[in-house]
Parts: sequence; structure tokens; C-alpha cells
Amino acid sequence: MFCEKAIELIRELQRNSEGQLPAFNEDGLRQILQEMEALYEQNQADVNKAKSAARSDLIPSIKLRHCCLLRNQRCIMAYLYDRLLRIRALRWEYGSVLPANVRFHMSAEEVQWFSQYKKSLASFMRSLGGGAGLDITQDMKPPKSLYIQVRCLKDHGEFEIDDGTVILLKKNSQHFLPRWKCEQLIRQGVLEHVVS
Amino acid sequence: ENESMSDSLSDDCVSQEEDVMTPAELISKLEEAWLNEKFSPELLENRSEVVECVMEQLTHMESNLQRVKKGDAKASVHRMEIDRIRFVLSSYLRSRLQKIEKFFPHVLEKEKSRAEGQPSLLSPEEFAFAKEYYANTETYLKAVALKRMPPNLQAVDLLKAVPEPCLDSFVFLQVKERQENIFVEPETDDQREYVVDLEEGSQHLMRYRTIAPLVYSGAVQLI
Repeated sequence: MFCEKAIELIRELQRNSEGQLPAFNEDGLRQILQEMEALYEQNQADVNKAKSAARSDLIPSIKLRHCCLLRNQRCIMAYLYDRLLRIRALRWEYGSVLPANVRFHMSAEEVQWFSQYKKSLASFMRSLGGGAGLDITQDMKPPKSLYIQVRCLKDHGEFEIDDGTVILLKKNSQHFLPRWKCEQLIRQGVLEHVVS
Repeated sequence: ENESMSDSLSDDCVSQEEDVMTPAELISKLEEAWLNEKFSPELLENRSEVVECVMEQLTHMESNLQRVKKGDAKASVHRMEIDRIRFVLSSYLRSRLQKIEKFFPHVLEKEKSRAEGQPSLLSPEEFAFAKEYYANTETYLKAVALKRMPPNLQAVDLLKAVPEPCLDSFVFLQVKERQENIFVEPETDDQREYVVDLEEGSQHLMRYRTIAPLVYSGAVQLI
């Protein structure tokens, strides 16, 4: 039946809920585009027949095919756009460098869209407050306390805090650090917030 | 809490209209803008002048803090205040940016059809971002799918494809200036329209569309 592959594409995204990004389904996309091409060619042929031979009985099937074309177009747009929104959410979750397993699931064009999005966001944040700049991907939660206890989950090397002190983030070491300096490292899985 | 927040804001800030705001007023302006933006379904007018003043204050407070001795108890109180203000500011700018991304074709359309002299919805940097976001997304959709479709299906009207903000959603609000004869449209077919008076200080749950003009004028505060 027409449009079945398009629905399958949408279902695939829905199955991967909570912002997960499945591999880009280039094959599925190509199959839908092929179906669209076939529908379009049949319609062109029927339209010509309807005009030249006054075959008004062909008009309902032309209309049906056109609706299927529109539906396919809409499903493809929804698939692509929803993926962009998931990729966008990843920028806020992981920072500007995405983990390899996520990048692996993105198409070349999605990587391009993402790098442009990063650029736009960065220049937006740089130009805030008349050029003073503010990183709004930080401070995601209201501050409850100034310092938090964190445990290091992997070797991260040296890390400078505001007052110029440099500490070494070594695996399994524990530190008492300014909360806002740790936020991103926690999201990246370098540090873990120790809640006693 | 408000008071302690503003104690350490020392210089008065001069807004664009050249009236002098005290630090306490500035922070409460930021909080108003923040809550309104957080709870309104649509993007509100930009408040760049408040954002700029608050950022100036933050820089000022940071540099004051550098001069305080390490381990001073006062320093950590000030640090906490800076962190709080920065959170409110970032959260405010984030909710605006989220709406710009969510409704980008509509936001740009509104900006385009704005009459001269009417205040701009977007700050210059938000406008630049929205335009780039639109171009980037359109280019992407064209390259990946649209240009591979039949000739009559190669264009998509993003204004129709991207959902509009739902102005009929309900919001909580607190009245700051008494209002008379607010016209409330019926919610269902068997209801009739009616008018209400909103007393100062009272709280209500109403449809956003009904009170949107009062949010713009500052007569009510979304909570």
C-alpha cells in the first residue's frame, strides 16, 4: 500500500523515545522518494490522458495519488525535522563535541546542520550584553549550594577553577568544587555528584 | 532574598530611556521578565536593556569579588548572589531561545510584519540567530529531501509546517494593577461570554489570549 514506508520511518523514531537518535535511515528515505517518483509519473500520464481523451474517470485516482504524494512529503519532513530537534537537544546535553556513538548515527548533512547550529548558538552567546558574552548552556539548574562534592569517573587531567587554583582530575579522586564549574563535566560523565 | 541580592549591586544602572534604576529595581525587572517569559506560550517583547544592565552588574560584582581576600565569609555570600542572578538571566535567555527555535517561521514573520515604531520582538542577536536557524534548516531540508522530490513538491511552506504557539493555553497570573471589564470569551458552546474585574493582588487561572495585552502592559504578572 502507498505511504506504508513513510509510516514505518515515523514509527522507527517513535520507538526510540526520550531523545535517542537512531541511525539515519537513508535506505528508507530513498524507497519513499522512489515511490513518490512512481506516483508522480503515473499521475503525469493519467493527467495527459484525462486531458487529451477526456477521461474524467481518471480524476479520482489522480487525486488519490496526489494525496499520497503529499502524505509522503509530510512524513519525510516530520522525520527529518524531528531528528534535527533531537540533535539540537544533544548540543545542550553534551556541549559542542558530541560522543562518537551519536555522531555515528548522523548523516553527513545532519553533521553539517549541527555544526552550523553550533556556530549560530556560539555567536549568539558571544554577542549577549553588548559583546560581553554569556554561556547560557551553563547554570541549567537553580543554585542550591556554592560547592558540591564530586567524584572523578575518568582521568581528565588538570582543571583550573576561578581563583586560579589548578587541580588534577584523576580517576576515583574526590573533590569539593564550585558547582557551576562542574556542571558540564557532570553532564559529560567526567564527574559524578556525590550526594551523601 | 531580593534585598540581599541587590545589596551587592552598587552602581545605579541607566536604562535606554535614561531613567535611573536602582539595583533592586533592576533585579525585580529581570525576575518579572523571566517569569512572564517562562509561563507565556508565545515569545514576548525583548528586554535587551534589562539584560545588558544585569550583565554589566554581574561583571562589576565579579571584579569586586576578585579584590576580596580568599576565605572571607562575605565572599561566598556574594558568590552565591552572583550565581543566582546569573541563573535567572541564563534561564530567561534560554526560554526565549527555545521559543525562537520552536516557532522560528512565525517569529520571523511577526518581526517582518511589524509596523515601524512598534517595539521589536527580537533583540538584534536573537534576530540574527533566528535568521540563521531558518536558513540552516531550510537548506538542510532542501538538500536531503525536497530537491529529490517531484517538481511540484519541492517547496514546503514552513509557516504552515511548523506549529504556532497555542494562545488558548491557560496561565496563572497575579494582578498588579486593578482592571475593570475584562472580556472573557466562552470556552464551550453552551457558555456565554462575560466580563470580570481583576482586583489588585488577586490571582487567577485564565486563558492566555484573554490577558495577553495585560502582560504586555505589565498590569499582570504570570506566576
